[in-house]
Amino acid sequence: MKVVYILWLRQLKRYFRSKARIIGSLGQPLLFFVALGFGFGPIYTRAGGGDYIQFLAPGIVTMSILFTATFSGIEVLWDRRFGFLKETLVAPVSRLQIMLGRTFGGATVAVVQGLIVFLLSVIVGFRPTNISMIPLALIYMILIAITFTALGTAIASFIEDMQGFQIIINFLIMPLFFLSGALFPLENLPKAVVIISTINPLAYGVDGLRGTLINMAHFGLTTDFLVLGCIAVFVLLAGAYLFSKIEV
Amino acid sequence: MAYEDIINVTELTKTFNSFTAVDHISFSVAAGEIFAFLGPNGAGKSTTINMLTTLLRPTSGKIILNGYDPVATPHKVRQSFGIVFQDPSLDEDLTAWENMDYHGILYGISKDIRTKRIEELLKIVELWDRRKDQVKKFSGGMKRRLEIARGLLHHPKILFLDEPTLGLDPQTRSLIWNYIKGLNQSEGTTIFLTTHYMEEAERVANRIAIIDHGKIIVRGTPDELKVQTGTSSLEGAFIALTGRDIRDEEPNNLEQMRMRRKIFRRHRQ
Repeated sequence: MKVVYILWLRQLKRYFRSKARIIGSLGQPLLFFVALGFGFGPIYTRAGGGDYIQFLAPGIVTMSILFTATFSGIEVLWDRRFGFLKETLVAPVSRLQIMLGRTFGGATVAVVQGLIVFLLSVIVGFRPTNISMIPLALIYMILIAITFTALGTAIASFIEDMQGFQIIINFLIMPLFFLSGALFPLENLPKAVVIISTINPLAYGVDGLRGTLINMAHFGLTTDFLVLGCIAVFVLLAGAYLFSKIEV
Repeated sequence: MAYEDIINVTELTKTFNSFTAVDHISFSVAAGEIFAFLGPNGAGKSTTINMLTTLLRPTSGKIILNGYDPVATPHKVRQSFGIVFQDPSLDEDLTAWENMDYHGILYGISKDIRTKRIEELLKIVELWDRRKDQVKKFSGGMKRRLEIARGLLHHPKILFLDEPTLGLDPQTRSLIWNYIKGLNQSEGTTIFLTTHYMEEAERVANRIAIIDHGKIIVRGTPDELKVQTGTSSLEGAFIALTGRDIRDEEPNNLEQMRMRRKIFRRHRQ
């Protein structure tokens, strides 16, 4: 347990020591708020959807967690390059503990990032309908973060070069994000898009956040929780297996 | 047998596609001895150490380390050794103290012993005053010293030192070797080392094996090797045995695999 804790703590220390990383990663969500929120807002309202910022904010929070989480897998590659990975791999601790420590560390960073973006969304005008639901929203944020950090770590376990990792991650998370309902409602969409969204794990994360923050769930909060929970466990197991096969 | 073998290697082989890095080598290291594994660049030293330390799977052959097989029971083997890698393996965003402390925790050392030993070791490598600084602010030599101090923290049964003193000044080298010899004598730690400084190997090693082109070409005490080659120093013996050609460092395993994969892909197209 102590090993998982220490590797978790290490990720957090690295994150909080890099001010550039914290500030830099706020640029993208801010851009989405300005370009989409203020750009499409009037059209969305005219179409009868209500306040677009209200609808968009949970999607942008999800986006920042998704990106931070999956890209945290790249730390495995940095550690490989700087040798620290070897230091942990020869230590008398199980690979499962190392993988869990890294994943929980990366996931915590992603959740912190998500909370910062949440505050940012409040500044640009987002108002959660029910404040008491925010702790529940946090649970969905944690599930999204664990799922996608584990995914990033799993992929980083068998991809060795940085460019390759970035290309694969972008190829994977862009469709996940755009077809998750983060930017537009899933109601009244072409059938093909709805089917794709139904098998997209991120759609359940977005839905969970929207259900808790603005009381507007498409699948329902219980379904969201069960689907995300199962996927998180599955990806963690797969990631732990792939991580245990690493050779240096 | 007077003492038991703590490392036993038989017919160990590692190939990376068509390239044979280690070619059917066999040797043993007795418990409590200082064993020097020497050879020119790219001879197969690091590949052998990676296989002994569970980082690489052998293509064929058998390793028994402290009674355990690194392939079948890697966890038991990892409990038996400590290592100072040839390449850096520190976390540069952490401080010197944190690097030491986290290592201690990974190896399950209690807080009291950890605190005491970290102070002792950081003072030996003269980094005690810089313990709260991030490692990325350190010079190359300071990083190397910290790396060695960290490797010595948990007092393992077997200590692998892969060119530990590369790039260090004579004073530091002397301090570090004295500490390692002390560890060898007081705790009976078996030392498995590689180095390019022949006078170091001659001074500290009980026995030596020289590997070249993936094969062990000679084994014995420093004196035996000198007698065998009719030379007066280990350096002379080394050059007599391995030739005068300068070797290019082979690309490391990962780079090799990557290169080969690229060539393979190109051929397929």
